[in-house]
Amino acid sequence: MMFDYDQTDLKVDASRRLFLKASAAAGGGLLLSFALPITVKAATGKNGTGGYELNSYILISSNGEITILAKIPEIGQGVKTMLPMLIAEELDVTWESVRVEFSPVDTERYGRQTAGGSMATPINWDPLRRVGAAGRQMMLTAAARQWNCSASDCRTEAGRVYGPKGKIADYGKLAATAVTLPAPDPAKVPLKDPKDYRIIGKRITGIDNQEIVTGKPLFGIDITRPGMLYAVYQKCPVFGGKAVSANLDAIRREPGVRHAFIVAGGDDPGSLLSGVAVAADTWWAAQSARRKLQIKWDEGPAASQSSAGFAGMAEELSGRPPQLVLRKDGDAKKAMEQAARVVEASYSYPFLSHATLEPQNCTAEVKDGKVEIWAPTQNPQGGQALVAKLLGIDTADVTVHMTRAGGGFGRRLRNDVMAEAVWIAKTIGAPVKLLWDRTDDIQHDFYRPAGFHHFKAGIDGNGKITAFTDHFISFGKNGNFVDSAGLGFAGAVSEFPSGFVDNLSFTASLIPLEVPTGPLRAPQSNGLAFAFQGFIDELAHAAGRDPLTYRLELLQPPRKFRDIPIPAFGLTLFGFDSRRMTDVLKHVQKKSGWGKRKLSAGTGLGVAFYYSHLGYFAEVMQVTVAATGELRVDKVWVAADIGSQIINPSNAENQVQGAVLDGISQALGQAVTLNDGHVIQRNFDDYPLLRIQQAPPVEVYFLKTDYPPTGLGEPALPPAVPALVNAVFAATGKRIRSLPIDTAELKSA
Amino acid sequence: MKYTLKVNEVVRSIDVSADTPLLWVLRDVLDVKGPKFGCGVGLCGACTVHLDGVSVRACSTPVSAVGASAITTIEGIHKSALGRKLQAAWMDLDVAQCGYCQAGQIMSATALLARNPRPTDADIDAAMSGNICRCYTYLRIRAAIKQAAGLPTSDTREVA
Repeated sequence: MMFDYDQTDLKVDASRRLFLKASAAAGGGLLLSFALPITVKAATGKNGTGGYELNSYILISSNGEITILAKIPEIGQGVKTMLPMLIAEELDVTWESVRVEFSPVDTERYGRQTAGGSMATPINWDPLRRVGAAGRQMMLTAAARQWNCSASDCRTEAGRVYGPKGKIADYGKLAATAVTLPAPDPAKVPLKDPKDYRIIGKRITGIDNQEIVTGKPLFGIDITRPGMLYAVYQKCPVFGGKAVSANLDAIRREPGVRHAFIVAGGDDPGSLLSGVAVAADTWWAAQSARRKLQIKWDEGPAASQSSAGFAGMAEELSGRPPQLVLRKDGDAKKAMEQAARVVEASYSYPFLSHATLEPQNCTAEVKDGKVEIWAPTQNPQGGQALVAKLLGIDTADVTVHMTRAGGGFGRRLRNDVMAEAVWIAKTIGAPVKLLWDRTDDIQHDFYRPAGFHHFKAGIDGNGKITAFTDHFISFGKNGNFVDSAGLGFAGAVSEFPSGFVDNLSFTASLIPLEVPTGPLRAPQSNGLAFAFQGFIDELAHAAGRDPLTYRLELLQPPRKFRDIPIPAFGLTLFGFDSRRMTDVLKHVQKKSGWGKRKLSAGTGLGVAFYYSHLGYFAEVMQVTVAATGELRVDKVWVAADIGSQIINPSNAENQVQGAVLDGISQALGQAVTLNDGHVIQRNFDDYPLLRIQQAPPVEVYFLKTDYPPTGLGEPALPPAVPALVNAVFAATGKRIRSLPIDTAELKSA
Repeated sequence: MKYTLKVNEVVRSIDVSADTPLLWVLRDVLDVKGPKFGCGVGLCGACTVHLDGVSVRACSTPVSAVGASAITTIEGIHKSALGRKLQAAWMDLDVAQCGYCQAGQIMSATALLARNPRPTDADIDAAMSGNICRCYTYLRIRAAIKQAAGLPTSDTREVA
C-alpha cells in the first residue's frame, strides 16, 4: 500500500536551515516530511553547504504501524534496508514494527535519488538519523502534552513513550496529538549515543528477503499493465547505425505480432537510437518475429573501429609525445637518469560490460500527454528528464515508479531503455513492456573503457621510488576523456604513488571512440588499481623487497591529501590518508598470515591496496596455478576502513565478498571485444561470469576508526584485481600485464 | 496448440505455439513471475523450475516437451519441507543482494538436497554451477545449502 502525500509538506527556506513539518496523512496517520539541506559531516566534522539534498518520510498510523520510505533505488546494494534502519534507530522503534516502501520519484521532495558512487551512506548518515530523531522528539512532546508533564520527564523505547507514574503510550496513540505540534528543528534534536544503538550495527537481513525467496514480482521485468503489449527493439549492431529499411510487412504477418516499425532515432546513445520495434501479444511472439527481421542498416562511422585497431593505435601513441599532461611533480626525466635502476612495463585492460542479470527493461504507458513508467533504474530522475525531453513534455507529466533492480553496477544510471519503451508505447498507443534479450544487453551497453598504461619508474639503491611516470593511452577527443575514463576525479589527480614520489608525471593520449562508455562499479578505479598496483608490485620485486612491506614503506612518511568539496552531493570527499591505509595493510598482513604461511609449489600470495569511494581496502589473495596453467583462487583476506560504524554488518560483509568476487570474475575471463564497430560477445558463454566453484572463501575485517561511515558498493572491488595478478606472479613468476588473464600463458614449460 | 499443464499442483489450460519456452508460458501466459529471464539459452539458471522434481531451464524447455510432468516453481517450493528449509536458510543467512537469481538458486538447491541430503562442497559445486549470481553471493548460497542440510556452515575449503 502506498499512502497519499500532502503536497504542501516540503519547505526549504532561504537560509537552507533544516525544516520539518508535520501534517495529517490521508488515512489518519502522522506523516513526517523532511527537506534537509546538506548537513553531512563526512569529511570535516562541519556542516557542509549546498541545496537541500535529502528527504525522507515516516508514517506512523494510529494503529501503530510504522512505514518508512526508501528514496534510493535498490539494485542489490542493500540501501532499501540500510537507509530506513537509520531512521528507525533514532525514531526508537523496533525494526520488526517497520514496513519499508520505495518513495515516489520526485526531485523537489526528495532531492537526489540516484543509486551510485557508494554515496548513500556518506550523504544520508547524518540527515536520516535526524529524520528519525525529530520524529521521536514529536512523540515525546505529544506524550508530555497528554500527560501534562514535561517532555524531559518522558523517555522512549521500542515505539512507546514512558512517562511519570508508570504512564505508557504507543506511538500510534500519540500520532493524532503529534500532528498538531510544531515540528522540532532536526539540526538540534539529540542523537543517540552509539552504545545505545539497537538497530544500527546489528545484523539486519534484507527487507525484501521473504518476497525474494518466495518469488514475488518485485522486479521491473515482473510488471504487467492492463492491455499491455510486449516489445523487442532491434538496434544496429554497429554503434549509432541507422535503420534504412526492413521487411516490416512480413514481420507484421508473424503470429501474435501487432506492430512493427522503424524508429529514426537520434544520435545520443543515452536516449533513443535508431532501430526496428516489434510489439506482440507475448514477448516470445515478438522475439520470434524479430529473428525473421531483415534490416538494411546505414552503419556510420563506428564501423571502422575495432579492439585490435585500438591496441595498435595505443602502441603507436605510446611512442609519441603525450597529448595531455595530467600531473607533473619535480623532474621525472632527470630523476630517472640518476636512478640506480629503471623499470618499465605496459599494462592494458579491456572494455567491460555490466551484465546485470536482469536485462534492461521498461514498462511504459503514454496517455493524454502524460507518461507513466515502471523501470529498474538507478537513476529515476535522469529517466524522467530524458523522457520529458524526448517527448517534449514537462517533467511533471512523467511519473517514474521505482522497482527493485536485478543488479545495477552503473548500467542503470542510463535510461536508454526508458526512451525506447516510451517511444514505442506512444507510437502504438498502448501500454508496452520492452524487454531486451541478453545479446541486446551485452552489445548495447555503456562499457567500462579499455585502457593502456606505459609505466616507467626509477628506484634508488634502497628500492625507494625516485621517479615515476605513466603515459596513459585512453579514449576521448579534444583533450577530454570519454565517460568514466580518466585518471582522477573532480580536478584532483592523486592516483597512488602520486604525492609520495617527488618526481612524477602522469600524461595521457586519447584515441577517438565511437562506442558508448559509462561507469562500471568503481569507475576508473577498477582498471587503474590493476595497472598501478601491479606495477608497484614489479617495483617491489625489482628492489628485492617483500611486496607488502615495500608498500608499507611507500606509504611513509604519513601524508594526508587535501579534501575535495563536492557541493552537488553536499559533502566533502576526504583526501587520501596514508595512516588509514597503513593500518588496513598491517591488519590484512596479520590476518592472512603474510610471510608466515607455508605455501607449496605453484601457490602464492599477492597483495594490493586501494582507496576509492572514501573506503580504504587492503586485500591479500592466495592462488594456486597447476602445471596446465589452470588457475584457482584459494582464499581472500580483506581489511577495510570505512569509518566509525558498520551500519549493517550482514550486508557489509556480503557487499565486500561480492565485490571481491566481481574483481576476480573480471580478471579471469571478461572482455568486450569490438570488431568493425560491433561487440562480438553475445551471452554468458563468451562473456563468462564467475561460477560458484570458482568462488573462494573471502574473510572480511573492518577496522573501526573515528571517521564518519562511508559506502561499500564499490571500494572493495579495485584491489581484488591486482591482488590476484600479484598472487599469480608469486605462484609462477609470470607477470600478468594484460586482462583478462590468459591461463595458456601460465602453463609450466 | 492447446496444452494442459500442472503448475504448483494447479491444472492450467493454455493455447500457445509449440515452440514457446516454458518460461514465457509461465511468466506471460500464467502470470507466474518467480522464474526469471537471464540469458534465454540455459547458461545462467535464473529460470530454473522443476519437472517432476528435476531441475530444468525453463527458458530453453519448449512447452511441448513438458507433457504430463508436474511443474514446480519458486512459488510452489514451500510445499516441500526441503523447499521451506532452504527458503528459511536463505533468509536467515541474508543471502540475497539484488535477489534476481535467487529463485533459480533455491530451485537448484532443492533438487540437490532431494537427491543428496548431505552434499559435500564438490557436490554443491556440481549442482549449483549452472546458476549464475551476478552479485556473487556464492559464499552465502553455499552456507545456506549446508544450513538447510543440517551441516556446519563454515567454509572449510581453505587450503593449508
